[in-house]
Amino acid sequence: MIRVQREDFDIGAELDKLAAGDRSVGGVASFVGLVRDVIGPGGGPDSVSALTLEHYPGMTERKLAEIEAEANRRWPLSASLIVHRYGRLEPGDRIVLVATASPHREAALAACHFLIDWLKTDAPFWKSEETPKGERWVAARAEDEDAKRRWRG
Amino acid sequence: MKLLYFAWLRTRIGHAEEQTTLPAHVRDVSGLLEWLRGRGPAYAEALRDLSVVRVAVNQDYVGGDHPIRDADEVAIFPPVTGG
Repeated sequence: MIRVQREDFDIGAELDKLAAGDRSVGGVASFVGLVRDVIGPGGGPDSVSALTLEHYPGMTERKLAEIEAEANRRWPLSASLIVHRYGRLEPGDRIVLVATASPHREAALAACHFLIDWLKTDAPFWKSEETPKGERWVAARAEDEDAKRRWRG
Repeated sequence: MKLLYFAWLRTRIGHAEEQTTLPAHVRDVSGLLEWLRGRGPAYAEALRDLSVVRVAVNQDYVGGDHPIRDADEVAIFPPVTGG
């Protein structure tokens, strides 16, 4: 299931729902992405006080659904979930939840890792950070492309 | 054609969306980007370095040689940074 929303989500409730009613599920894996202040408390010229996530409505849901379908092709999943937020968020806030349920842990863990790696390079979201020096758009990281490449094949 | 711009391409170009009619000689994505660059300094500056520009036609990523038509929705944006 895919959800793109402004509101926060309840991790416990989402994970409970994912496996509810399916007694063949042996494990649920999850990844939660948070807004990070690169400097930490106390500040500095590059500290991040907030970020705004922009996205491309329509294409976002489409790409997330494609990524989820690909994970389900590669691993025997009982259920999967991607929740991604947009709008203005502050350090510590939750941005994204990826969760997978499977009869066995290997599939759940690998599919969860795959989903977050692909999401980072394929889903059309952009982060703009608020810092003491003003707003700046976050640049894409080459490491994210490398992480996705690992899953080729 | 419906053109959409996101993130710093939107702020540099100055608007999020526009409706435009393609000249007959513009047939693919590379041709579109070249034509847009000639539309003024804001476009030229925003589209100066195409290594940091991604294009989606009808919500799918495409390369420079992808054909385009007036009925398409074309989105132009920087590499994505979600997650």
